[in-house]
Amino acid sequence: MSTSTISRDPGYPTDRENYLTNSSGILSWMFTLDHKRIGLMYLIGVMTAFAVGGLLALGIRLHLLDPEGWMFTGAEANNIYNQVFTLHGAIMVFLFIIPSVPAALGNFLVPVMLGAKDVAFPRLNLSSFYLWCFGAIFFVSALFSSGLDTGWTFYTPYSTTTDTSVILATLGAFILGFSSIFTGLNFIVTINTMRPPGMTWFKMPLFLWATYATSIIQVLATPVLGITLLLLIAERTMHVGIFDPEFNGDPVTYQHFFWFYSHPAVYIMILPAFGIISELISVHSHKHIFGYRFIAYSSIAIALLGFLVWGHHMFTSGMSSLTTIIFSALTFTVSVPSAIKVFNWLATMYKGSISLTTPMCYAISFIFLFTIGGLTGLFLGTLATDLHLHDTYFVVAHFHYVMVGGTLIAFLGGVFHWWPKMVGKMYNESHGRIASLLVFLGFNGTFLPQFVLGSRGMPRRYATYDPEFAFLHQMSTYGALLLGCGLLYAFIVLMLSLAKGRRAPANPWGGATLEWACTSPPPYYNFERPPVVGDPYDFHNIEWDAKEEKYISTEPERKLVPEETPGQVPAHH
Amino acid sequence: MATIDSLSSESETHDEHGHDHDHPAWLAHHFDTPEQQFDSGKLGIWLFLVTEVLFFSGMFCAYAMFRMLRPEVFEGCSQFLNTKLGAINTGVLLFSSLTMAWAVRCAQTEEYKKLVVMIASTLSCAMVFLGVKSIEYSHKWGMGLLPPGSYFYDEANPHPTAQQIVDQHGFSESAAYFLTHSLYFLCAPFLILLIGVAIWAVYSKVTDKQFQYACAKPLLVVCLSFFGGVGLGMILESGGGEHAVAHVDGEHAGDHGDADHAHADHSHDAPAEVAATHAVPAFDIESDDAAIELLAESELNTGARAMLEAKQAQAEMATGQIVAAGVEADLGIHRIEQDVQTKRQAGVFFGIYYCMTGVHAIHILGGIGVLVWLLIRSIRQDFNRQYFGPVDYVGLYWHLVDLIWIYLFPLLYLIR
Repeated sequence: MSTSTISRDPGYPTDRENYLTNSSGILSWMFTLDHKRIGLMYLIGVMTAFAVGGLLALGIRLHLLDPEGWMFTGAEANNIYNQVFTLHGAIMVFLFIIPSVPAALGNFLVPVMLGAKDVAFPRLNLSSFYLWCFGAIFFVSALFSSGLDTGWTFYTPYSTTTDTSVILATLGAFILGFSSIFTGLNFIVTINTMRPPGMTWFKMPLFLWATYATSIIQVLATPVLGITLLLLIAERTMHVGIFDPEFNGDPVTYQHFFWFYSHPAVYIMILPAFGIISELISVHSHKHIFGYRFIAYSSIAIALLGFLVWGHHMFTSGMSSLTTIIFSALTFTVSVPSAIKVFNWLATMYKGSISLTTPMCYAISFIFLFTIGGLTGLFLGTLATDLHLHDTYFVVAHFHYVMVGGTLIAFLGGVFHWWPKMVGKMYNESHGRIASLLVFLGFNGTFLPQFVLGSRGMPRRYATYDPEFAFLHQMSTYGALLLGCGLLYAFIVLMLSLAKGRRAPANPWGGATLEWACTSPPPYYNFERPPVVGDPYDFHNIEWDAKEEKYISTEPERKLVPEETPGQVPAHH
Repeated sequence: MATIDSLSSESETHDEHGHDHDHPAWLAHHFDTPEQQFDSGKLGIWLFLVTEVLFFSGMFCAYAMFRMLRPEVFEGCSQFLNTKLGAINTGVLLFSSLTMAWAVRCAQTEEYKKLVVMIASTLSCAMVFLGVKSIEYSHKWGMGLLPPGSYFYDEANPHPTAQQIVDQHGFSESAAYFLTHSLYFLCAPFLILLIGVAIWAVYSKVTDKQFQYACAKPLLVVCLSFFGGVGLGMILESGGGEHAVAHVDGEHAGDHGDADHAHADHSHDAPAEVAATHAVPAFDIESDDAAIELLAESELNTGARAMLEAKQAQAEMATGQIVAAGVEADLGIHRIEQDVQTKRQAGVFFGIYYCMTGVHAIHILGGIGVLVWLLIRSIRQDFNRQYFGPVDYVGLYWHLVDLIWIYLFPLLYLIR
């Protein structure tokens, strides 16, 4: 560093400023309006839900170790299996993936990235967290009353006739829907009205673009799920005859209503992951993001196109052939903006100076896995192949590559990327990388064999299977165990950092977005005055300080013009 | 805090936030300017209204699909809905939208007395709406016009007693008691509320708590309006004697006497066993036939008597007495409408009817909740020309609830 530059570094927060310590006691957390604390509580909540859903997944895989079923035994074995995969799906979708990135990371990051003090409606924000908790309680009570065996989609007429606790679970999903709506609404308003002076739409970090697109879907699609589930509850309690064929209703109508939400919901799950990856790739390649506007617009394009393709879940439900052709064609259009993103990330990495940090390892595995997930989707969007592959393990593998290989991996990458900012501690880098490698290998071990299983005709949701599938199923189960170990390892790395991690500097990775301009962890008020807004991906003035092991932002010393100080008494006095 | 005096409340708020004079008490800490706060709130409420529209859109979709699939069911069944009551509720809601918009204006101009009056009238209209609605609901429940799961309407006996409901339709005794006395069950919560508010008003008057009394007084009127609505509904649902004249069998006379209803019964009066017994009375006499009937009562008027006889003979022939048994030759439109009145057909209409109006009523209840909050805040004089956002936002919500009813009324009541 030459002497003609001044470096800027916010230093470390005092205990009075630190949002984690500025007030103490359980009530100061329960009634907090601070978006950072709410984000952290969400993080703990979704991680717990993920642990429960993950254990259920291991239960599924262990049961499938043997063609006749290994894990659950006795006369009720198949029923238990049905309940386990249903709850695995429902918990993972409604309690984990949908709130994971937007609610946990989004809550923490959106206001800080905007240089704002809080989200637009802090009370609404807290209430969405409590709605999430209530929804979770309903799901848990469904688990402990009489279970749930409809699959996470609650298809009628089975869901109106089964004697498991459909009402509890759908009420839970209804409440979680409102939690999601309020979070989305909050973010849209925050991003619209609370950007700092100088931050135009195209100077926003791409994570905010992705969050904005996600929020649009949350606000537009989730109410439809709400009314669908409400009508389903009415169907079960009063038999209103809309979905139940026994009372002259139409089950396919239910499927249309359900997928009108649930397909856009797929993009609620994946779009924020795109946002994270855009940040991670650019920061850890230390290179300006390639094609900023294309990535930003493609998020919005995906959000809008996502509303037009729900029918591809129902190619075999008996729609007219013209309808299926239209839905199939529209489905292919979604792949265009998705591909734009992937190519732009690759172009960003090209000739960048890549630091292979833990978050970057996750980002690279994301690109690899998401590409596989996306390309296998083309087979399912094609009518001819879908008729063969519908309801097989091929579908299971496809959406796990997108949801787990995509969203979960991006979520983990995001957690590792912003962990120093959230808790103020650095984790052990080499252990983090090993964990990410285990996750990558375990994931592929679990789900690659399932593509083969599906294309050979193994139907999904079966508790037992033909012995010819045994080898691939066992391979998948061992992969799942490895994946579980990898995730546990990653979790331990994070927990150990809390106990003995190095104190995190304000900017450990060399990011240029605003969250790196405040201390780690940020003070409760985020920024004392609105921060200076520059290009979020311009890394020219960010330099590595080897002595302190952190990045600092530098700027050329400004010469005051005129050089000499004017006279003591101003002329117009 | 508990005072209507604006000066003292203002000084109090200034004490709490005295450290920051360019940041007034009503401006949330994370907003820089009042404009930013207002814009955020406005965008927020508009987005919320978008979600509400989409929430209802699911049911409108269901309505459109089932109407397309079975138009005759919707035509046949919508005649059971009382257009007068629906029209009155439409008027009430439209008027409440006017008072709500006026309330927003009053908040902007700081006319506090008028603001309280306007919000209280909006609330009263909401209560009248619910009162009328509970008459409509309880009337239909008593007749068994329910979703297909519990539909038991029987035109031979449209108003069964609780015992008949148990014996003929297999309901439990408590359910039958509820169905026949549903109006009391619907009114009970509001009665409890009314008594509670009345006690509160008296108590706050006696103990001289001015602010509480100022809140309780309009709320008492609001609670009373519910029973005003119930009374209004009762008069319209049971009133009118023209029904008895138009009707031949006279069995339903006086039970549900408005003109549309008479129409409904009229077209569905064919006894169930038309084809089997052929013992059909002249059920489809036009209204001028009724006049002839009256004239024929006089023995002197032989011309009218002959005319009546001829008409009856024609009717007998028309209803198939000369057709061989078992031939369903001429049942035509009657046959179709006959089939409409079944659990599986009419039930779907009422399933959709209850879902749509029920969810709308829940929104009215929610609106009442936030309006009460606004009422108390406006009595406290929280709003001023710079800070009237909450009144504005609640107003927008209220207009949406009104708007949805504007769509529900023609779709369910009017379109034939």
